[in-house]
Amino acid sequence: MARIIVVTSGKGGVGKTTTSAAIAMGLAKKGHKTAVIDFDVGLRNLDLIMGCERRVVYDFVNVINGEASLRQALIKDKRCNKLFILPASQTRDKDALTQEGVGKVLEELSKDFKYIVCDSPAGIERGANLAMYFADDAFVVTNPEVSSVRDSDRMLGILASKSRRAEQGEDPINEYLLLSRYCPDRVKLGEMLSVEDVQDILSLHLLGVIPESKSVLNASNSGTPVILDEKSKAGQAYSDVVARYLGEDVPHRFINGERKGLFGKLFRSR
Amino acid sequence: MSTDTEAPIYTKSALEFKSSSFSVPVLVIHNTELNQIKYQLKEKIGQAPEFFKNSPLLIDLQHCNEAEQAFELAALIDFLQTERLFPIGISSGNEEQNKLALELHIPQHTIRSAHTENRSATQNMANPSKETATEQTDNKATDTVENRLISQPIRSGQRIYVKGDLTVLSHVSAGAEIMAEGNIHVYGALRGRALAGVQGNTKSRIFCSALQAELVSIAGHYKMSEELDSVDQHKTAQVFLQDQALIINNI
Repeated sequence: MARIIVVTSGKGGVGKTTTSAAIAMGLAKKGHKTAVIDFDVGLRNLDLIMGCERRVVYDFVNVINGEASLRQALIKDKRCNKLFILPASQTRDKDALTQEGVGKVLEELSKDFKYIVCDSPAGIERGANLAMYFADDAFVVTNPEVSSVRDSDRMLGILASKSRRAEQGEDPINEYLLLSRYCPDRVKLGEMLSVEDVQDILSLHLLGVIPESKSVLNASNSGTPVILDEKSKAGQAYSDVVARYLGEDVPHRFINGERKGLFGKLFRSR
Repeated sequence: MSTDTEAPIYTKSALEFKSSSFSVPVLVIHNTELNQIKYQLKEKIGQAPEFFKNSPLLIDLQHCNEAEQAFELAALIDFLQTERLFPIGISSGNEEQNKLALELHIPQHTIRSAHTENRSATQNMANPSKETATEQTDNKATDTVENRLISQPIRSGQRIYVKGDLTVLSHVSAGAEIMAEGNIHVYGALRGRALAGVQGNTKSRIFCSALQAELVSIAGHYKMSEELDSVDQHKTAQVFLQDQALIINNI
């Protein structure tokens, strides 16, 4: 049976798609057969981040409507043969997704795959609700700022009350916090919420802190999941996240900034 | 033959009438200045939009009618409805107002609320029925106590309603709303809204490990976050009602 992971946040632009692409690639690299599904129907992005936009023939909605088989719609990644991408439809909207249809697709994928990563759209409407409905695990991507934290909090409430597990009275979804775009220097200056501040509000299991990094934008532009950029801190942070998710004991990096000179020490006293 | 087959349908009742009592906010109108009323009402609603949103409302016209001046009740009802408040009755209206209310499908109420009754005890209106009403609520509270324990954090946007006492072992996030007919205990930070004694139990209290609430209310007496500055936000605190005043202190 596959584990279904939803990558969600409530707020837009926090790094859900970047995270989905990175952890799907990370899991596949570890040898697990992984599918990543773009639930953002109408605003398809995952294919760009994965660098397979020219190979999209059929999409998620086609499969739901029975116009194509899963085998036809799944795109096999060129860098890792364990990774498959199910793109969203760009010409439709979220109403094209039905709970029954999504359930069927996930059930079929479950037979064949070890992990299914659902890239949720922003918001708390249909697309986001269906992305999380069948999930076993949730990666809540949050930026260290108040509006993102509040939206994540709201999303956690929905995860706890409106998912299949909640409705059928099963064990609740495992919720993990992924703090992205983190700048230790700005935290020290008091310009950004710290890990502790965010945890004070969300109290979640922290799976990883992804530092703000130029390599993320470069990776997106070139269609390479950032986790493949082993030199970048963000790439390393995502590798740690995948390892921790798989049960390895990896110490947290990137929470505290690099060692500072005199100038940095002056600010540290704050 | 036909009566035989139809009989079971009639024995199974499709509906029943039950008597129940519940508390409804009462809007007491003090004068006939509609513009002033509108302005102040907007201000009140602005302080707690979620609290008032789609709330039923009883309009008490007693003070307003003491002035014996014309009052534009229709305009007030119209205004309330545009503010998403639903008048479900008028009280102490004059003949003309009662007639108007009926035309707008709003019934008259004769039961006086506890709050106004205390102030106008000399009025001999419907006192017996009021007393039976309070008795009923008291019985109800003791009969159907349903306490609830929640060990997970209450997240932003979640609403919890409990008929008895509510105990939360974690925090209550900003934007969450917890309501209990009895007491509320929060063994974490209370950052959302907490309303205890929502059915009018003035003896109920709120306890929390850190009071950073957006709103606290006991039996309809409420305070907003900006009025909570008097206590240390990081220490255990309690909220209770004493002589119609909301007392908040650190324990």
